[in-house]
Amino acid sequence: MANLQIPDALLVKNYVEGNESALSTLIKRHESKIYGFIYSKIADKDISNDIFQDTFIKVIKTLKSNSYNEEGKFLPWVMRISHNLIVDHYRKTKKMPMYRETEEFSIFSIMSDDTLTIENKMIVDQVEVDLKKLIEELPNDQKEVLVMRMYQDMSFKEISEVTGVSINTALGRMRYALMNIRKIIEKHQIILTN
Amino acid sequence: MAKIYSKKAAVTTNLKPNKEVVSFILSYSQALTVVKINEKSFEIIAN
Repeated sequence: MANLQIPDALLVKNYVEGNESALSTLIKRHESKIYGFIYSKIADKDISNDIFQDTFIKVIKTLKSNSYNEEGKFLPWVMRISHNLIVDHYRKTKKMPMYRETEEFSIFSIMSDDTLTIENKMIVDQVEVDLKKLIEELPNDQKEVLVMRMYQDMSFKEISEVTGVSINTALGRMRYALMNIRKIIEKHQIILTN
Repeated sequence: MAKIYSKKAAVTTNLKPNKEVVSFILSYSQALTVVKINEKSFEIIAN
């Protein structure tokens, strides 16, 4: 089937000429790219929504005042606006007080490095691999619930809908899954720690 | 407190803004008129 898509440039032109539905099409076409871009930098849904909204308010104002210079680059232009708003957001929220190092006060008393050392990172990865092996040992019904809950971040309500069992059954399976994993860990004296 | 060892799977869900946000943007666009007079622009928002 031929892909008949009105180009962005034409939609922008229609919008500037007063066709409001062109904006709706543009938003629908690019919302996930733009929102995804913002969310990748902000990692907070509410703030990302705010920035997405502010981005389009700027877009609308620019288009309505005929200040937009069409060069066939609508999406990069919108991304640029959202990028600038993200920078503004960080400027506003991450204003750090300045500390000066003195004899009594060392800058390292307030600074810390939270990143894991290479050794700790290897341990974490190893624990992850061990845990996956343990999960594989579980009966299928328990494994299914545990994976959905812990790895796919689904709620018990969603799990019960997907698996076709009641919420209580799903909760029970999760409980047995954890008990069984603990049993295997104790039995084989596996150490999961970092 | 229990320690969580599992990592979240890389989420590949299609991220989208709230419907309310999109609806606000569209209503804002309908309400806004920008008038330019002598190099000055005025924003008029209809209720």
